[in-house]
Amino acid sequence: MSASQRRDTRSERRHDTRLDLGRLFASLRGLVVKETRHVLRDRQTLAILLLMPLVQVLLYGFAIRTDVRGVNVAVVDPTPDAVTRALVLRVDGSVRHDVLDVFPTSDPLEQQFAAGRIRQAIVLPTDVSRRIARAEPLAVQVITDGSDPNAGSAMASYAEAIVRRWYAESVVAERGPAALRGGGSAQIAVETRMRFNPTMESANLFVPGLIALVLTIVSAMMTAIAITREKELGTMEMLLVSPLRPATIIVGKVVPYAVLGIMNIGIVLGAARVVFDVPVRGSIPLLLAQCALYVVTTLALGIVISTGARTQRTAMLAALGGLLLPTIMLSGFIFPIDSLPTPLKAISNIVPARWFLVIVRGIMLKGSGMSVLWQETLVLFGLTTALLAVGIRRLSVRLD
Amino acid sequence: MSDDPRPSAFSASTPAGAAGRDDAIVLHELSHAFGDVHALRDVSLRVHAGELFGVIGPDGAGKTTLFRIVTSLVVPSQGSAQVLGLDPVQDFRALRRRLGYMPGRFALYTDLSVLENLTFYATVFGTTIEQGMRIIEPIWRQLAPFSDRRAGALSGGMKQKLALCCALVHAPDLLVLDEPTTGVDAVSRVEFWELLGRLRDGGLTILVSTPYMDEAGRCDRVALMQEGRVLAIETPAAMAASYPLPLFAVRGHDRLAMLAALRASPHAESVWPFGEVLHYTDTRREVQPGALAREIGELLTTRGVRDVEVQPIAANVEDVFMRMAQTPHVAPGQERAA
Amino acid sequence: MNAPPDKAPPASPHTASAPLADSAPLAIDARGLTRRFGDFTAVNAITFDVRQGEVFGFLGANGAGKTTAMRMLIGLLEPTEGSAIVAGVDVVHDADAVRRRIGYMSQRFSLYDDLTVQENIRLFGAIYGLSDARIAERSEVLLARIGLLESRKELVRRLPLGWRQQLAFSVALLHEPQVLFLDEPTGGVDPITRRVFWELIYETAAAGTTVLVTTHYLDEAEYCDRLTIMVDGSIAVAGSPGEVKRALGVTTLDEAFLHLTRPAAAT
Repeated sequence: MSASQRRDTRSERRHDTRLDLGRLFASLRGLVVKETRHVLRDRQTLAILLLMPLVQVLLYGFAIRTDVRGVNVAVVDPTPDAVTRALVLRVDGSVRHDVLDVFPTSDPLEQQFAAGRIRQAIVLPTDVSRRIARAEPLAVQVITDGSDPNAGSAMASYAEAIVRRWYAESVVAERGPAALRGGGSAQIAVETRMRFNPTMESANLFVPGLIALVLTIVSAMMTAIAITREKELGTMEMLLVSPLRPATIIVGKVVPYAVLGIMNIGIVLGAARVVFDVPVRGSIPLLLAQCALYVVTTLALGIVISTGARTQRTAMLAALGGLLLPTIMLSGFIFPIDSLPTPLKAISNIVPARWFLVIVRGIMLKGSGMSVLWQETLVLFGLTTALLAVGIRRLSVRLD
Repeated sequence: MSDDPRPSAFSASTPAGAAGRDDAIVLHELSHAFGDVHALRDVSLRVHAGELFGVIGPDGAGKTTLFRIVTSLVVPSQGSAQVLGLDPVQDFRALRRRLGYMPGRFALYTDLSVLENLTFYATVFGTTIEQGMRIIEPIWRQLAPFSDRRAGALSGGMKQKLALCCALVHAPDLLVLDEPTTGVDAVSRVEFWELLGRLRDGGLTILVSTPYMDEAGRCDRVALMQEGRVLAIETPAAMAASYPLPLFAVRGHDRLAMLAALRASPHAESVWPFGEVLHYTDTRREVQPGALAREIGELLTTRGVRDVEVQPIAANVEDVFMRMAQTPHVAPGQERAA
Repeated sequence: MNAPPDKAPPASPHTASAPLADSAPLAIDARGLTRRFGDFTAVNAITFDVRQGEVFGFLGANGAGKTTAMRMLIGLLEPTEGSAIVAGVDVVHDADAVRRRIGYMSQRFSLYDDLTVQENIRLFGAIYGLSDARIAERSEVLLARIGLLESRKELVRRLPLGWRQQLAFSVALLHEPQVLFLDEPTGGVDPITRRVFWELIYETAAAGTTVLVTTHYLDEAEYCDRLTIMVDGSIAVAGSPGEVKRALGVTTLDEAFLHLTRPAAAT
């Protein structure tokens, strides 16, 4: 076959779009298979990527556990009686709490918190026994020192659990077990407040933050490194002169890292559940769908980095400084957003992890659904789309 | 090696910039700069269809930049290019389907096996190994015994052959090879050039670069490059014949003494070690070479050099290159015309 | 070693003036040097010697074992069997002492290209424990020889490749090593610079430094006083270029190389 004949058959084939699609999928599959081999062959890196989430869960998990013991509590009780004394005894009897004082008003609390004498206060309304007896609504406030959000949220939920249990028993004692049926316990409203850190948005369990952290490392950093590696090897030149479009090359390259990322989410959730009994209160399919969206976000971040970085070293440092630190510092993972200085607070709005954290905390801790989280989801979606657009725009079909 | 009967790239038979029917590559006054570094200066050349065309020059001559422009990877700062009748800037997608390219460092995945590398590049170029086998079969035969070995564990020669297979698997119309023989031992280099010769005989157009001057003879035509400029474009034979001065191979004991003695001669244009002999160029083109040889022999003997032997010889491409590199930017044709 | 003169004697500067009699001290003495990697024998009991002031060529196809052999000689790799004395020191027992007495230049790595000429020299001088005065004195001599005195404040990456290689060579000589190992020193360099480089090698050897060099340019092998060609981990042939060609009945080292490394294709 002469060169010109070959050319003719080629141009005919080019017009057959169905064949083109078939070829696109074949190329994509080839890219994915090859990239998967890279991942599987580098045993050391793979082991680190799979073990890291487990180690992180254990580290953060145990760090939290040891902190919530011997918490000093003050109780504010304007009208003390036998029922409220039962609560004081119950709180004082728990392994995690010690009641230091019972005050008639909440006035001293400010000074007590500021002096560091107490880390938590339980504020009761007046006439508690009468309200219980008459089945009137009872509003109890739990104020917690939230300067350590992880410990704070744990303290708050323990105290809330004690108050609820005490209420249930008091109702039974006053009005018999039948009173609890038909929503009797709903008559108590426990309002938990964070001091220094007043919104429950930052009531923080470590798992959502960990998912964001791990995905930043696996999806974003590994993607950026894998793409720049090809530039260093010289293989990117070969791929660029092939008929493949740069977007195809990139999609083929990121798929294995997306899969790894999703596996890591499973590891974090599973380990948190098995070892620390962290529940998922909301819908698991919704949680997974949101995680999948965030995987795409982090892949897009990795692509954006790789389009700028020439070497693996640059890509690695850019991912560490440009992604990992904001994910830890500016997402509400460690420092509550509200405690950030205003400029950083503004920056945190473009950190995807900030929105992802709100979403995952909502689903996992509060059982929220899309009706509550649609705004955050929309922001995350918008950020992802913007990142993908930037990444694809910057993908060059050439070397310079 | 063939004496090319077709007009050379500098002939005036076709207007500059327009592709003749048989031209696979036409480059017209290409220049390219990276910041203030001029990688290419005013390069014009034509590669005929079916030709094995060599670009010869040391590192930094601009060979890689030139090849990246041809393969559409770099947009030139100035000038125009036509490759397979297509503009590498505008029609890069159509061009890339028909190109085979082997970049300077063998673009292989060291953690993948030989077979996995080839399979991968076949899919990337939208074909299969089976379809490509017609072209790559003679090379693949040598690689097949190692098909399960990781590419990183191959010898340089084997890596080079695998990279060639990967560049050929989609049956391109033009093969562009950037320094395929650099860092590869002499035996593998010889074998590789034999492969290229066979591919050319099968009708493939090949553009190849090398820093090894002795490989020029393997090409149909060569362009000599230095510091971003093309010094000359010719068949190897015509290039050697263009050497304008009498040239001699000189033997004797010992080399350092001979170098000193010959360089001191008022008629010496250049004296260079060349393997086991010295190549001596004399400035007197009007004197009969036999007489010159005798005179040089006597000069050396009087300086105490023993076993002196002086023979008039024909120049090779390396002689031509060294002469041009010393008197930069003057093509031999221009000099003869002057 | 002393071959009788023949019609085409090797054009070596040393054999002619005969400073390298058999009595010259050995700079390298390798005996049965062997290195295995698992089942694979990379270097198989090679025995050779290099006399002081010789330019010794180390040839072979890729993968023939040259690099492994060289790494053993410079104390980077321990031999599985055999011994080698380099610059009077046993490489197996005192690799550190060997490294102080040798210089090494490879094509791949030699200089930091984001440092200036002067900074590179100072760095390598410091690495070899030279005093500041000594570094200044040596760099003056070495830079003057290659004509780089004016450019000592230039970044190495701004120098043309040929100069960079000559500078790398000079830096390898900074601490006045007894033996200099050059691993493909002229790769990619233009033909004139390549020849200028070899003249440097000659001057260095004439001053008494022993030079062991690998190359892919077989015309350069002709410039060596003696050479070995390795095939599959063993030394297939050794001697002066003339002796090697005569022993194999060929007229060029190119043919000798092909004859040994590709027997089937040799005619």
